[in-house]
Amino acid sequence: MAINWFKYSSPASFYSLAGKMIPFFSVAAAVLFVVGLYIGFFVAPTDFQQGEAYRIIFIHVPAAWLSMFLYVIMAMWSGIGLAFNTRLSSMVATAIAPTGAMFTFLALWTGALWGKPMWGTWWVWDARLTSELILLFLYIGFMSLQAAIDDPRRADKAGAMIALVGVVNVPIIYFSVKWWNTLHQGASVSLTQSPKMASTMLTGMLIMSLACWMYAIAVILIRTRAIILERERHTVWVGQLQEATQ
Amino acid sequence: MFLWIIQRDLLLAMRRRADVLTTLFFFIIVVSLFPLGVGPEMNMLRTMAPGVVWVAALLASMLSLGRMFSSDHADGTLEQMLLSPQSLSLLVLGKALAHWLVTGVPLVLMAPVLGIQYDLSTDALLVLTASLLLGTPVLSLIGAIGAALTLGLRGGGVLVSLLVLPLYIPVLIFGAGAVEASAAGLGAGAHMSLLGAFLLASLVLAPWTAAVSLRISME
Amino acid sequence: MSTLQGNKLTCVRGDRKLFSDVNFSLETGGLMQVQGRNGSGKTSLLRMLCGLATPAHGDIRWDGVEIRSLGGSYHGAMTYLGHLSGVKDDLTAIENLRISSALAGVEIDERKAHEALQHMGLGGRELLPAKVLSQGQRRRVTLARLLVCQTVLWILDEPLTALDTTAVKLIQDLMERHLEHGGMIVMTTHQEIEITAVATQRLQLA
Repeated sequence: MAINWFKYSSPASFYSLAGKMIPFFSVAAAVLFVVGLYIGFFVAPTDFQQGEAYRIIFIHVPAAWLSMFLYVIMAMWSGIGLAFNTRLSSMVATAIAPTGAMFTFLALWTGALWGKPMWGTWWVWDARLTSELILLFLYIGFMSLQAAIDDPRRADKAGAMIALVGVVNVPIIYFSVKWWNTLHQGASVSLTQSPKMASTMLTGMLIMSLACWMYAIAVILIRTRAIILERERHTVWVGQLQEATQ
Repeated sequence: MFLWIIQRDLLLAMRRRADVLTTLFFFIIVVSLFPLGVGPEMNMLRTMAPGVVWVAALLASMLSLGRMFSSDHADGTLEQMLLSPQSLSLLVLGKALAHWLVTGVPLVLMAPVLGIQYDLSTDALLVLTASLLLGTPVLSLIGAIGAALTLGLRGGGVLVSLLVLPLYIPVLIFGAGAVEASAAGLGAGAHMSLLGAFLLASLVLAPWTAAVSLRISME
Repeated sequence: MSTLQGNKLTCVRGDRKLFSDVNFSLETGGLMQVQGRNGSGKTSLLRMLCGLATPAHGDIRWDGVEIRSLGGSYHGAMTYLGHLSGVKDDLTAIENLRISSALAGVEIDERKAHEALQHMGLGGRELLPAKVLSQGQRRRVTLARLLVCQTVLWILDEPLTALDTTAVKLIQDLMERHLEHGGMIVMTTHQEIEITAVATQRLQLA
């Protein structure tokens, strides 16, 4: 039984540790969001080229950053789970996916909102936007594969495989899309020529990114806790937990 | 051993010729539908042709992925493959190659005929066929991973498209791009080398990945 | 001398624990019959023994080495016949036998496959596609592999289902001969079967 206890100890201890960390990250996220949005809306100067519409970058850019970072982190945890057979890492990977997909969607949506006043269309087949769209497909593939598998052990491993295959392919896809984009110059508007940024703009954006990070961590921890409870509902420690809270 | 697997899959395909023909006719119908949807304007069709043929090839190849492992899974042969003293990666490579011979090669052979429908020049037809010849094996190899992961799942057919189609994008871009580049007088050499590189990389990596995925799915 | 050992094997299916702390040791010439009611995990145990499934706890050792680390060399010493026949409808009996043997690493020529099928009472039906064969005849095609593959350990999941009395007798003889020649068998069966062996053990799953 010693082995049994050891195996279950890590999700159990993570569960309580995460419980203590969630309030901290939530508060940090809330405070940073307020500060970041204040800078974004009131402190940062109006852009002389883009007017007020540019202010959407305060959410667009952090969302795009996070969408990519989270995919890599998800693949990393998946890989660790697969290599060392640690169930907790796979659970974290599963918990990251919806948040990552949400940020990808947010980046696309705000990109479209930004595009309309800037280029007069909601959508351009720009290399970055297209890659972001494909990233959304990859997240959706990961989530639907895991959702289709009933056995959690197989779901973890199969999800890990597709995440790793995806992370290997992301640079290839990005490179291909970029090549494709330069080949079809006529149809594209480049996003890369960003206007020279006032330092307050940069500060605002960094604070917003930090806020998004805090938010992502808090949400992922909450989701991981839910997954732990679901997976471990028959273990002794979860039973005790319920008795204690009742 | 490796040859046994290819021989067996080809034999099975010969005994079930209808399945092979279904995939081929699917390809032909999809390609023929586009002019009906966008109008018979020849200049537009000529520029659209490589993309249309390539997308149709992706779909046709993907639709037949389900068959790669599922019948072996259903009758227990897949268990025996996993228990074979031979390397599973090699077996998967054999199955992917057989899949390509059965679904990919007919598409490659049919492509020039369909290209004529779109009034492609002889050069463009040649490049299109060559790009399909290099690209379709990659589709079978990457597809093997998707087929292995979705083995025995409900709604596996739709799911496999979600997993595999995003991974097909580079092949699509460079496959269709090769024809456009040669039409623009840039030469298709760079595209072809990249397609070749994809083929080599997937020959090395995909069978192993698919083998690991099969073991995960069979547990 | 070969040994197959299971130490403290536990099988978990979903939320249910099918069995736990199963121990056994099987040696050359030994027969182990796994018994238990439906759903007690007999098939799961056999799948673990051949390496298709991993036990939740415990390990399985072949000659003292974990089977996972042995990989192909263990599979070369073992034949597993499961619930599913592995017989392809569209292939003839002889093609089925030759291909399944090749998969198991033994390439046999037409003549040898012919003999094996004849021995299994399928003479004259070798060239029929498997879809016209009866359940029992398909089973015989599967079992013919035991004749051509010279493996030490046989893991057989309900080998006698759908077989008539003559075929049961045939298989019984085949197993006895295998055990006499130093083979080992792990099997499940619901039918009563008398096989003389050096050591017969029964493993009861709760």
